[in-house]
Amino acid sequence: MSLQIIQDNIDIEPTNQKIVYDTKDLNLWYGEEQALKNINFPIYENEVTAIIGPSGCGKSTYIKTLNRMVELVPIVRISGEILYRGKNIFDKAYKEEELRTKVGMVFQKPNPFPKSIYDNIAYGPRIHGIRNKKILDEIVEKSLRGAAIWDEVKDRLHENAYGLSGGQQQRICIARCLAIEPDVILMDEPTSALDPISTLKIEELVQELKQNFSIIIVTHNMQQAARISDRTAFFLSGEIIEYAKTDKMFSNPSDKRTEDYITGRFG
Amino acid sequence: MAIRTTLDKDLERLKELLIEMVNLSKTAVEKSVQSLAHQNIMMAQEIIEEDQKINELEEKINNLIIQLIAQQQPVASDLRAIIAGLKISNDVERIGDLAVNIAKSVLHIGESPLIKPIVDLPKMADMSIDMLTKVIQAYIDSDIDLAIQTAKYDDNVDELYGKIINELFELMPTKPESLNQITQLAFICRNLERVADHTTNMSEHIIYMVKGKNVDLNA
Repeated sequence: MSLQIIQDNIDIEPTNQKIVYDTKDLNLWYGEEQALKNINFPIYENEVTAIIGPSGCGKSTYIKTLNRMVELVPIVRISGEILYRGKNIFDKAYKEEELRTKVGMVFQKPNPFPKSIYDNIAYGPRIHGIRNKKILDEIVEKSLRGAAIWDEVKDRLHENAYGLSGGQQQRICIARCLAIEPDVILMDEPTSALDPISTLKIEELVQELKQNFSIIIVTHNMQQAARISDRTAFFLSGEIIEYAKTDKMFSNPSDKRTEDYITGRFG
Repeated sequence: MAIRTTLDKDLERLKELLIEMVNLSKTAVEKSVQSLAHQNIMMAQEIIEEDQKINELEEKINNLIIQLIAQQQPVASDLRAIIAGLKISNDVERIGDLAVNIAKSVLHIGESPLIKPIVDLPKMADMSIDMLTKVIQAYIDSDIDLAIQTAKYDDNVDELYGKIINELFELMPTKPESLNQITQLAFICRNLERVADHTTNMSEHIIYMVKGKNVDLNA
């Protein structure tokens, strides 16, 4: 694959890695206000891609375009393309439900359903028509193991998920994602409501999950982005300022605005 | 604009400590060659004792850097400045050790009459000290051009080193009774050449600090 520079500071090295998402000329408006401006960059398979930037820069808006959740906002208007595995997700023929089967999401505030732990995980597969109890049991165990919480909850699967701690609830939400066997997991500040130990457990889990999934994480915590991501995109005022491998981004960024942000000289 | 006051103050403190360390090591090298030229045993002993101050400064710098990394989580240019500071302090500590080696050679020579006037060795010392002066200025000003220019003077030092060593080797067969002194003078020459090498290393660290790229200026 040849070196392709889409715009300044979008660092695309030659790689054999597959592209999961390719964003092309994406613009987004909330009414008259433009929230995303000419976004162009690829996201690679089996990597953790962090999106950082100050409040209001468009990072949560961007991540919500990837599963078309942003369209739940009535006044939103979008131009450009987002290719998921080569297909434009904004095509009329593309079904949102199909996309959201493949692209799971974890939110800032853990949001388990007010159901048992078991039913939280089994909910998605049941919606997709799986009724066989043995198969559901296997899916529940596999998903809870995948979220590194099986040992903590295996003896109380029929207790309400609300009885768990915040960190455990968030891992239940991740397990719920895994149950429908997604391809991509979006995480919008998944640890900002959690204590430091729970945060580290989630970070460790993210490192394990990337072997089988592609993960895109919005975070306010730059040290977290530096610790767990392979590539980092820096957004500012709706634009993507720089996109590079994380080690380069945090040791020698190309753009002064990136340098100033990550060194805390502005925020 | 958010300002990282604590980090900036500590980075300034790191600079101050490095400048102090370089000044001590410069003095040590100057005095070591003076102690040779005047065969001043007391001065040579002082250099050996005062090396402790350079070592203590290096430890202070190391502790400051560990604290900075642990508490401030520096990245990008801040991190590179800190890493460059760590490497520079290591080179400066070695320069202090080289001055001690020279002083020890002076003690070995003792009060035996010098077999030749000491002219070129002070020249070599002046060149190395001049390089040190320039490189620390390059560090203060983040001046890559000055860092690169300073590293080039190492060739001049190497040339003079070669000349002195050849002269000493030529003396060996004609003055076998002075073999000890000739050997010690050769060691002194080698130590001064290493001072210049360490200064070149410091130029490389400055380029890394500013540009984020590792270069080999010895090549």
